[in-house]
This record gives sequence, C-alpha cells and structure tokens, in this order.
Amino acid sequence: MATIKQKTMPLSGDEAVAYAVKQCNVDVVAAYPITPQTIIVEKFSEYVADGEVDTAFVCVESEHSAMTCCLTASATGARTFTATASAGLALMHEMLGVTSGCRAPVVMSVVNRALSAPINIHCDHSDSMAARDLSWIQMYAENSQEAYDSTIQAFRIAENPEIMLPAMVGLDGFVLSHTLENVDVLPDEAVKKFVGTRKVPLVMNHRGKMVPFKLDPENPLTIGPLDLYDYYFEHKRQQEEAMIRAVEVIKNVHDEYAEQSGRSYGNGLVEPYRLDDAEIATVCIGSTAGTVKTIVDALRENGVKAGLLKLRVFRPLPTQDIISSLSGKKAVAVMDRACSFGGNGGPIFHEIRHLLYDQPSKPPIVNYIYGLGGRDTPPYLIDSVYRDLQKIAETGQTKEQIRFLGVRE
Amino acid sequence: MSPQKKGWKEVTLAGVCWVPSTEYKTGDWRSHKPVWDTEKCIRCMFCHIFCPDGAIKYDPETNDMIFDYDFCKGCGICANECPADAIEMVVEGKE
Repeated sequence: MATIKQKTMPLSGDEAVAYAVKQCNVDVVAAYPITPQTIIVEKFSEYVADGEVDTAFVCVESEHSAMTCCLTASATGARTFTATASAGLALMHEMLGVTSGCRAPVVMSVVNRALSAPINIHCDHSDSMAARDLSWIQMYAENSQEAYDSTIQAFRIAENPEIMLPAMVGLDGFVLSHTLENVDVLPDEAVKKFVGTRKVPLVMNHRGKMVPFKLDPENPLTIGPLDLYDYYFEHKRQQEEAMIRAVEVIKNVHDEYAEQSGRSYGNGLVEPYRLDDAEIATVCIGSTAGTVKTIVDALRENGVKAGLLKLRVFRPLPTQDIISSLSGKKAVAVMDRACSFGGNGGPIFHEIRHLLYDQPSKPPIVNYIYGLGGRDTPPYLIDSVYRDLQKIAETGQTKEQIRFLGVRE
Repeated sequence: MSPQKKGWKEVTLAGVCWVPSTEYKTGDWRSHKPVWDTEKCIRCMFCHIFCPDGAIKYDPETNDMIFDYDFCKGCGICANECPADAIEMVVEGKE
C-alpha cells in the first residue's frame, strides 16, 4: 500500500498532540491547565469553540476531577482524552489506578515536567515514572512528529478490546512541548479511518447475560465494585495479562500506521539506532534520544562502534527486545531522567539491569541520572558518556555504578 | 481458597458483577448477633424501619419478626432503637 500524501505543518509538540486528538474523533475531553501541557487543551478548546469537533469539553476544577471525569465517560464507551504534567499527574495519582482497574482506555498526554519542590516547570521524567506501577501503558516521544504519531496510535492500542488499559504518551516539557517543528500530518479522513469507532468487549452482567462492557441504562452493569481478598487478586492478574498482550498489539498498530504514514520507530516498542554491530551502547527515552543519535553518528565517523537503544514504550517493558539487543555488548549506559531516591539508581536502570541478570553474556552496565529539572544535556555530555563506556569496555571495570551527569560538584 | 470461585481467566473484567448483589452473603462479617425476644416485643416495627440492610421483616401470618442472618452485619441499631428491650446483642456463637 502506498503511503498517504501528507501535509507539513509547523507545530509545537503540544500543538501536534492537540491536532492529533482533533483528528481522532474524541467524544469527551476533561482537563485542567498546567504548564507545560496547557497549550494542548487550550488549542483543543479552540477546536471545540470553532465547531471543528463535536467533543464534549469539560472544564474541571482539578486534575483529580479531570481523571475522574475521563474514567466515568470512558466507562460509558466514550473515546476519552486528557493531558497533564508534573503536579497535575501527581494529583491524579489515586484516579490513575482506579481508571486502569476499571479497564477504562483513557488516552492522556503527559508533558513531562519535574515534580516540586523546589518548584520547577522544566523537563524530567519524575512525574510519569512515579506512575509506572499503576497499570497504564507508557510511551515516550523523541520529537513532536512522534508525539503526533504516538497519540493517534495510543487510541488504537488502549481501546483494543483485548487490552482495555489506559495509555499515557510522554513528551518532554518545553524541549518538545514549546518547540516549533515541521510535523507531517495525515489527512483527517485517514486518521478517522485508522482509529475507527471504539469497540467494547462483551461481559457477563448480574443476570448472567452477555452485554457490552459499558455503562448503559438499557443494560445496567456494575463496574469496579467492592472486591476483597476473594477476587481482587484475580482482577490484578488480568491487568498484568493485558499488559503482556499489549506487546504484540503495540507492534501491530505501529506497523499498520507505518504502512500508511511511511513513518516507523523501530518495531514500535524499541528503536535501536546503529546498535547491531555496536560494542558500546546507551539506553534512553524521550527527546534525549535525538541528541544521542547525533553523537553516535559522530563517534561512528571516528570508528567508534557506538549505538543507542531508544525505548519508545516503557510499559509494557519490551523485555525480549531489550535482552536481545543489549546482550553481548561490551558496555552499556542507561540514562534516567528521574532518580529513584535511595533506590540505587533510576527506574530504567533497575529494569534493564534486572533483565540482563540472567544473560550469560551480560554487559557491564552503569547508570546516568541526568537532566533533572530541565538541566540541559548538551552533546558534549552525551559524548562524555560514550568516552566512559569506552574505558569500561577496555578495562571491564565499571567503577561508580550510579553517576550524575551534568550536576555541579 | 474454595474450589467454586472463578479463576482470573474466567472472572469478569473490572469486577463487573455476574450475579446479583444478594448472592454475596455479607452476614459472615457479623461479630455480634441480635437475638429477638417474642415475649418482650411490642411489634412497633422500629427494628424493621431502622435496619440499614433491610434484614428484618415482619411475618403477619405468625406475628414474628424475621431476622435474615445472611445479611445482618450485627450493627446493633435494632437493639439500640428497640423501646421494649426485646433485642439483645450477643457475641456470635455464644447465643
């Protein structure tokens, strides 16, 4: 199938997301403004006011209410979207678990921003990493184009009747959200066709009858009731199963989208960059991957066998891809834009290192905590990481396992 | 773990109830049980009105107050409201 003809628009990351949501035929948006996400819902509210969409736009008094509204709207079978950042995501925390537990496939943009205090409006991943265990699918975008593409794909992934889990798409605050970029956008009709209308699975109701899984006065249902030691565990096991199933669904949705748009990101889960024959590699998520690619190219020109493993999806963790692409490397550095205080490194480091533990050819692996509170991570710092990796590869000695990149001593 | 309970592969999504809520017997939460004294009772129906679980009914055929111990959680409101002291709360198993 030939790639669909697209137009190029100058969009910031936030505008690109708003544009994607406009094209996805969303029924309900409930949101509360917070920097650096505000532009998404501000722009979207303009689409509503101008009659470009027929979405019900609900202005709420807090992020806790925004997520509650999205969850309940989603439970009626509506396609639902919201966006937040930092303290907003933290305030939603309780409802994030309720939403996934009620199997409400809400799609949310998280414009990644540091958590307070001290108050800071710039990028790091401490907000969404603190929500990693709440049964939400997590995707991270490298640039505004990917934020646009991933937002569209997120609806198809989350709403798949086999999955029915909410999904968050992370984009780096200011670095992407407020930076103008040329973004290729699909025609409205193509996106509408790609996302389709939301389908719901069938579920047995209290009369023993199979009915659509949605709140509907014609077919009353109780969703998310009291669930004690006798059944709660089984429901959580189901959520884990849905996450496992999501691995294939994410790849399939990515491939189908790639066929139409001509844009692909590795296999949809991970995007290896010059990694196959690489001896030293870094692992990262988000916009930093762009900087890393530039450095990898420069190192390659000088004969250094450097590579990158960009994680596009963090939940579900692409375990097989991580193991197969990093086993046998001479040294690996995991980049974390969040710190698990007192946890010996950042969250991505923990998980990558855990996956490699059983591998016979596990590489020496170190962790770099970087960019907290929007601290710039320029190319020379990334270059210094690869220089460190060269030394580790040569000596086989990791020395300091946890390192802080770009912090003043 | 009783064998008749559904496993995670069969259980409905998101805790959707596949039986009416009356199938879920909540009476086993009870630690204290209301015991009714037919002699003292004046049939004022206060216990029937105040019971938050609808677990006390009146049977006009027998002129008895019927306590549904499948759902009575032993809150003691009936005993507290009874103007005739006809309901005594006793420790479960010691009645």
